[in-house]
Amino acid sequence: MTAVREEQAAVPSAPATGMIRRRLNLRYLGLIIVILAAAALPLAASSFVTFQVTEVMIYGLAILGLNLLTGFNGQFSLGHSAFYGIGAYTTAILMHNYDVAYYWTIPAAGGVCFVIGFLFGLPALRLQNLYLALATFALANAMPQILKFHALESWTGGVQGLSVDQPDPPGFLPIDSDQWLYYLTFGVILVMFVAAACLIRSRSGRAIMAIRDHPIAATAMGINSSLYKTLTFGVSAFYTGVAGALGALAVAFVAPDSFTIFLSISFLVGLVIGGVGSIPGSLFGGLFVLYVPNIANSLSTGLAGAIYGVILLIVIFVMPSGAAGFVRFAAGWLARLRQS
Amino acid sequence: MKQITRRSILKAGTGALAFATPLLSVRIARAKDYGPGVTDKEIKLGNTGPYSGPASSYSAVPKSQVAYWKMINDQGGINGRMINFISYDDGYTPPKTVEMVRKLVEEDQVLLVASPLGTPTNSAIWHYMNQKKVPQLFVATGATKWDDPKGHPWTIGWQPNYQSEGRIYATYILKEKPTGKIGVLYQNDDFGKDYLKGVKDGLGDKASMIIVEATYETTDPTVDSQVVDMKAKGVDVFVNTAIPKFAAQAIRKAAEIGWKPLHILSSIGNSVGATLKPAGFENAKDIVSDFYLKDPSDPKWKDDAGFKTWVAFMDKYMPDADKSDAGNIAGSSLAAMTAQVLKQCGDELTRENVMKQAANLHDVTVPMLLPGITANTSPTDFAPLKEVQMGKFDGTRWNLFGDLLKGAVG
Repeated sequence: MTAVREEQAAVPSAPATGMIRRRLNLRYLGLIIVILAAAALPLAASSFVTFQVTEVMIYGLAILGLNLLTGFNGQFSLGHSAFYGIGAYTTAILMHNYDVAYYWTIPAAGGVCFVIGFLFGLPALRLQNLYLALATFALANAMPQILKFHALESWTGGVQGLSVDQPDPPGFLPIDSDQWLYYLTFGVILVMFVAAACLIRSRSGRAIMAIRDHPIAATAMGINSSLYKTLTFGVSAFYTGVAGALGALAVAFVAPDSFTIFLSISFLVGLVIGGVGSIPGSLFGGLFVLYVPNIANSLSTGLAGAIYGVILLIVIFVMPSGAAGFVRFAAGWLARLRQS
Repeated sequence: MKQITRRSILKAGTGALAFATPLLSVRIARAKDYGPGVTDKEIKLGNTGPYSGPASSYSAVPKSQVAYWKMINDQGGINGRMINFISYDDGYTPPKTVEMVRKLVEEDQVLLVASPLGTPTNSAIWHYMNQKKVPQLFVATGATKWDDPKGHPWTIGWQPNYQSEGRIYATYILKEKPTGKIGVLYQNDDFGKDYLKGVKDGLGDKASMIIVEATYETTDPTVDSQVVDMKAKGVDVFVNTAIPKFAAQAIRKAAEIGWKPLHILSSIGNSVGATLKPAGFENAKDIVSDFYLKDPSDPKWKDDAGFKTWVAFMDKYMPDADKSDAGNIAGSSLAAMTAQVLKQCGDELTRENVMKQAANLHDVTVPMLLPGITANTSPTDFAPLKEVQMGKFDGTRWNLFGDLLKGAVG
């Protein structure tokens, strides 16, 4: 196992190490600037923009969940709207019916989704690629109807949905509830993105990717393929479920019609646009999912769908490996330009 | 010394009033009080609707509103102000509705949000609108909960709600078949239960006339067994409140098994194209239903002034639209109603006054409402339309009959 290492590109010569270090430093510097800018944003922007960026981060987190499964483990899913919905409903039901404080509902939503994702991963093990896509499609299709099912109605509120109280900021902070929700989401996202990055760099992360790249070789190396696959399913559902919980808090309302197959498809679009197998790329995906329909709508209400399609095509042509790939390409191009 | 009598006081009082009144009205007329989104030249209104997504077949509702405001602007606007009607796509998804409505209220700074479409979408913004104190005017959904002036004073309904329709059926049954055995078929969710509650409330102490309450799920393949069961139990009044697909199945099945009850079809299932055609016109003969808007395919309205106005509007502003699409009738009627409220507001265009005027409608009519049906509201009554007229299907079209019926849920 130790043979597979991150810095496997042979032993770098001394000047090359210096350059890598400089580039790494630049990368961290950039990351710090982005984090500081994000932390300052609600203080400068209007509460509506704050709300929108909160939604972008939430979608980004959901897409990261899908990315862990599809991008890093190579398992397809059209069912992530279901996990997002389960997360949202867990928060709404706990808050609405049991008066649980909102901050406890976020890990609870993640936990519920982890268990359901893990269990769903068991039968999904036998299904490959397109068949798995179909199975998860069934899950996404069933979810709105399950939520409307009358035996569950005393919990879920049926078609009517449930309204959720927006969390109030803690008394000692001089901010409003939109800003508080932003910082809450920002904090959760930061922790979960770092955790995802650590996971992918770890031994388990390499196992997850090995299964994607060469399942037979991975098994031959002694990786417990079924365990890793189901666990990845669970972790992926955990991420998307936490996003769903935050989404319920941001929108302050859940209804079955919010979690249809269309949501799954927008996650998939976000995944491809952001970059399959890229952690920061997921946030680009979130940006696309939220803003592009609005842009299309502002150009022409009647032709919004067509314009959305055209923008999508252009983006795919310009950035065939997603936003993350585009950034990598641009960085490489700039470096070469400076060298010559 | 002149004695002060009651009469002289009265005289003086009337004189003073007569003197003061013009001053007072002048003062009111001059007082310009503007809320957000209003200037001397413009009023900004917001709207959301399903231009895309699963409910996009309803997109005629927002589209015809946009077209209607264009016509109003071409005619010189309202009290000299142009209407800037901002309509966004929400894809019928509640989170998108919240985002778009927040954009309308916080970024675009609209005076009010007019007729957002859909029950789940309106539910999602219900709390927000009332917290922000922004009018959520004439919502395009028939749920009963919008009539809640105490709890939600910034939201007002529009169409006759499902419960009042249910009451109307009860009144009709009590008149036509006072000893009947009633079977109700309804969808197992809020909207279905609204109908059932209305029928029960309308029957009052005769609610025991209902001998079968049958439900269906939208996921069910058919409602055949429910229909067969009703016949077996001797039901002779069938209240069919199903959505078009299931309503059509029930009509067909009833004909198949030779069951001929008094068949009442609810307004959501009474579309000729969507329900009666697939059920078979022959099978649908003698079914009764209730209406509040004019059916554009009915030749009876050919010379009707309101209908002509509407056709002229459609020809000029929506020449490519399908006139038989009920969404175009609903949308233009909704916009006409909002226009009436803005006219009543005069120069006092604040959010408070919008709600005050919306709760102050008296016998307001718009072109496509059935003759005699008017909108009425008061500070304790947020359900503008309450009346409907019954119609009977003659094998090709609906024929309206009888007086207007009222089943207000107070």
